Amino acid sequence: MTAVADMPERRSEGRMVRSGALVAYAAVGLSLAAILTLSVGATGISLTSLPRVLLAMATGNDAGAVAREQLVLIDIRLPRLLLGMFVGAALTVSGAMMQGMFRNPLADPGLIGVSSGAALAAVATIALGNGVAAPWLRPLGAYALPVAAFAGGLATTLVLTTAVQRHGSLSLATLLLAGIALAAFNGALMGLVAYASDDRELRDLTLWMLGSLSGASWPKVFATTPFALLVAVALPGLVRGLNGLLLGEAEAFHLGIDVERTKRLIVLVASAAVGAAVAVAGIVGFVGIVVPHLVRLMAGPDHRVVLPASALLGAILVLIADMLARMLVRPAELPLGVVMALIGAPIFLHMVVKRRVAG
Amino acid sequence: MLEARALSYVIDGHTLLTGIDLAVRPGRITVLIGPNGAGKSTLLRLLSGELRPTRGAVLLDARALPALSAAELARRRAVVPQSSALSFPFTAYEVVMLGVSVPGFDTAGEKAHAAGLNALDAVGLRPLANRLYVHLSGGERQRVHFARALSQLSASVSRPGETRCFLLDEPTASLDLAHQAIVLAALRAQARAGVAVLAVLHDLNLAACIADELVLLERGRVGATGTPADVLNDETLSAAYGCRIQTNRAPPDGQPFVLPPAAFERPIPEISGT
Repeated sequence: MTAVADMPERRSEGRMVRSGALVAYAAVGLSLAAILTLSVGATGISLTSLPRVLLAMATGNDAGAVAREQLVLIDIRLPRLLLGMFVGAALTVSGAMMQGMFRNPLADPGLIGVSSGAALAAVATIALGNGVAAPWLRPLGAYALPVAAFAGGLATTLVLTTAVQRHGSLSLATLLLAGIALAAFNGALMGLVAYASDDRELRDLTLWMLGSLSGASWPKVFATTPFALLVAVALPGLVRGLNGLLLGEAEAFHLGIDVERTKRLIVLVASAAVGAAVAVAGIVGFVGIVVPHLVRLMAGPDHRVVLPASALLGAILVLIADMLARMLVRPAELPLGVVMALIGAPIFLHMVVKRRVAG
Repeated sequence: MLEARALSYVIDGHTLLTGIDLAVRPGRITVLIGPNGAGKSTLLRLLSGELRPTRGAVLLDARALPALSAAELARRRAVVPQSSALSFPFTAYEVVMLGVSVPGFDTAGEKAHAAGLNALDAVGLRPLANRLYVHLSGGERQRVHFARALSQLSASVSRPGETRCFLLDEPTASLDLAHQAIVLAALRAQARAGVAVLAVLHDLNLAACIADELVLLERGRVGATGTPADVLNDETLSAAYGCRIQTNRAPPDGQPFVLPPAAFERPIPEISGT
């Protein structure tokens, strides 16, 4: 928000950094994280070979000599970088929107059913993919899992929002309670599937629940592009509505916001974004709650800052966590969600405690 | 003009308002009074468009409220709710600036910034502009919301013939005497600028000070309307509030004032134990 120059207290209470500066720092940070991500990997190929690869791709010369570098940089690390950015941004922006809409800093997209629906569909696909569901899933090949996760997430959100609707209006209090109930129900169904699974399926679904970007590929990048565009196009129009909703639904209406339309759009954008993110990376927790919270701690709750800064910082956090996941036990890989919580939780705890002491 | 016509509101089988006819005229201050549970806040919420009436209609310049979009309404009326729960760490200035973030307003410009600062000045909150809302006292918070609504009114551009409204639910409830005076003066200034002001006030003496027209609500119906001198008399108030109320006249102009019924005049209720 505009700095208040002509005021007795120059600096706003409880702000560590000016909002514009935060977005700028985050953008620089994301560029650095992206370069680092491209440079580091198990094969030891560094970014210095990128100009040679690009030249060879453009001219067609030396194609054989750089084939290995090209494979690593262009076909493995670059899609992984792009998907990591998408997953981080989609999860944090959706988290920030849920927290704004529910006026609760602990809200996450799980409340509108999308994560638990996606997880249930994915777990069912893993467990039943070679059994009863095989005839339907086999034609999808490697994409059966992401497609199922995406469809499961969206379908659950649709069922939930339709069920809690009354007289054409979406009651947030009912949505919150119904979302919690549905997540518990889906969790129980997942438990049933896990109970009935054999050891290999159990390992597969456990790992999927911990999240990973190891399956990154260009087709997945292309598949998520429309969702990234949807979020990018819809967000600027939601900023004012989200700020108004922080005061309450009645106040938002008094401020000229079409509250029903705003809530529906938030649910739609968040479920599409999270559905796509879960489809390509599995369940990656933590980032969606923590990053928007950190941004609010640093620069206040104005969504003009919270949304872009959360997207950038979320992308950075996922890239760094993924890099560590690839490097720490190479040539094997740690689950992304595990690394994320291992580095993110202490940082979060430190910031919350430090602020408590300072405040 | 903001009008209620034969307005009724029923929720879960309980009739909260019946057959309300009311006109809030530009340039005048209309004050809603009445005992607890008479339906004052509900009526205000119906008039703001937040609630839809069960029967009857609310008209703004002869157009029914549902025909106006939220943005259109926000350009023409501001609302100060009775209470507002804001738990996210906005500063006072930022909350006030939400008032000028109405669709169609020029929100980025210096004009918006000036509107926000003027509104803060009007309620004496400029020194606390950069304080976090959650660290303010109850009275300060109430003034922040009042300033937010003021900034919304001042940033809106009225077209000729359009009524602008200012609806307030107990805007002075947590304020000390000095700040009550500031808020009432601001209401008077808005009315002078042609705004149609409707305030719910609990304090009958404040109502007598400020009202051009009083509307007494009684169990969901309009019990009496008129000037303070018309409405504030012993029989009307005693009947409405269910206790013996004595009105007096204050010099120099004979404005009515009301003292609370003395406690000793009422029988002490027996507490029946087992």
